[in-house]
Amino acid sequence: MRLTALDAASSMATAQPEGGSISRSTRILCTLGGTAVVAALVAWYVVGYAISLPPTVPQASAAGVTNITVQTVASYGRAPHPDWVSYLVKNEQGQWVHSTIWKVPAHSLVRVTVYQYDGDSGLRNPFLGQPRGIVGGTMTVNGKPLHVLDPDDASHTFTIPDLGVSVPLEGVADDAPNQCAVTPCTMAQAHNTIVFEFKTGKPGLHRWQCFVPCAAGWIYGFGGPMQTVGWMDGFLKVV
Amino acid sequence: MIWIVLAIVADVLVVFLVDPHMPPGRFTKAASNQTEINNLLALIMTPIGVGVLTFLVYALVCFRQPPGPLQDGPPIRGHRRLQTGWVGLTTAIVLVLAILGTAELIETPNSRAGAGAGGGQGPTPISSPAGNPLQVQVIAQQWQFTYRFPQYGGVETFSLALPVGRTVEFHVTSIDVIHSFWAYQLGVKADAVPGADNIAFATPRKPGLFEIRCAELCGLWHGYMYSRGHVLPAAGWRRWIARVQKANAPATHYLPKYAKAYYPAPTQRGG
Repeated sequence: MRLTALDAASSMATAQPEGGSISRSTRILCTLGGTAVVAALVAWYVVGYAISLPPTVPQASAAGVTNITVQTVASYGRAPHPDWVSYLVKNEQGQWVHSTIWKVPAHSLVRVTVYQYDGDSGLRNPFLGQPRGIVGGTMTVNGKPLHVLDPDDASHTFTIPDLGVSVPLEGVADDAPNQCAVTPCTMAQAHNTIVFEFKTGKPGLHRWQCFVPCAAGWIYGFGGPMQTVGWMDGFLKVV
Repeated sequence: MIWIVLAIVADVLVVFLVDPHMPPGRFTKAASNQTEINNLLALIMTPIGVGVLTFLVYALVCFRQPPGPLQDGPPIRGHRRLQTGWVGLTTAIVLVLAILGTAELIETPNSRAGAGAGGGQGPTPISSPAGNPLQVQVIAQQWQFTYRFPQYGGVETFSLALPVGRTVEFHVTSIDVIHSFWAYQLGVKADAVPGADNIAFATPRKPGLFEIRCAELCGLWHGYMYSRGHVLPAAGWRRWIARVQKANAPATHYLPKYAKAYYPAPTQRGG
């Protein structure tokens, strides 16, 4: 019978003495070591993700009303992403904090004041030009009531889909003088002041986001700050 | 023989324990047809799965390495009857399923008997319903579905309500990235692609709630693209559409003319 190459290789393999194989203890050690490395990598990823989230900022309440004061800026101006568009929020001590995770009481009235320093980008979906889910169905822009915003004038939206809240934020004019360049922006710089109120329901965790693709430099404006909690996305913790 | 007995037992268990809970249920005719096909698939694949596991156990028991030095096993020769039977059986199964799927796909989606597949059929469906279906445009965006009703002044809404007993013609599209509109209990699942009009049909049988999810990984809040739709009695639905037409009139004024698709033209900043 002719010996083929396969048969020859098979014969060589079967002729190997058992002493030449890897010992059981070595195999167990390798398995445990490999498992430990994979577990460490998973833990590193999870912990890294957890600590990369911005801090939770509690909001002050008085007489049954919780006030949230935020500002939107065209570029944060600081590490790690100085050129990313973002929100800042005031903490209970009145300091501006770079976070989009805010804590408010359940079953309460929340009054939001937005100092809008960014220019207009335009709404991709003009449907979002109408404020919804807010008390009275009306917001005020620089003290004047507004029922719907021209989609071309929108800079951002503040939208909490779970609560049905969506408010378009009017951008400052491109030729407005004294535009903000360094955060936190001041009241002396060009901005629009938008005020609205909504009611929180039962305790829960609600994501919120901007619906304007406002990430400059990213394809169609969808990447970077639009896809990152802490910039144009966040959580409302209702407790 | 062992396999035949185990397969019969497993199929009986499937019929009594699994089939009554088989998704997506019977909220629409399309969903009902999908449920029946899922049941059939379960009945067919259970004996196959049992066969594979049975052979695995048989191999583990009968082909264990004996003590002593390693040796070649006995040579395996072809078995013509077994091979012919295996190929013939699997071919028959695939053909039967293909015929069933095709029949489901081309079934006329009207409110009386037909269903349609429930999947998106692109801009020119293989079969279209008779009568006057309710047209609902599903507009996907990161990260929310909105719904536009061209037969009712082009009003757009955040929530979705449908009338019971009337065939709905979904026109699914996207204004940013690829999403997928999955109305679970309706048996509807259609890709939402920018610049594309993907048509799917459903005829709700009874009032109730149905779940809506995005079934295409679409970014940060993909997991939050979840909501519930309502199927209402006809009179209640007419009141609902009148109410949203009035409530959303300010926004409707600014909406673009109804189109089958909207291209994600760069905004002033993005691009």
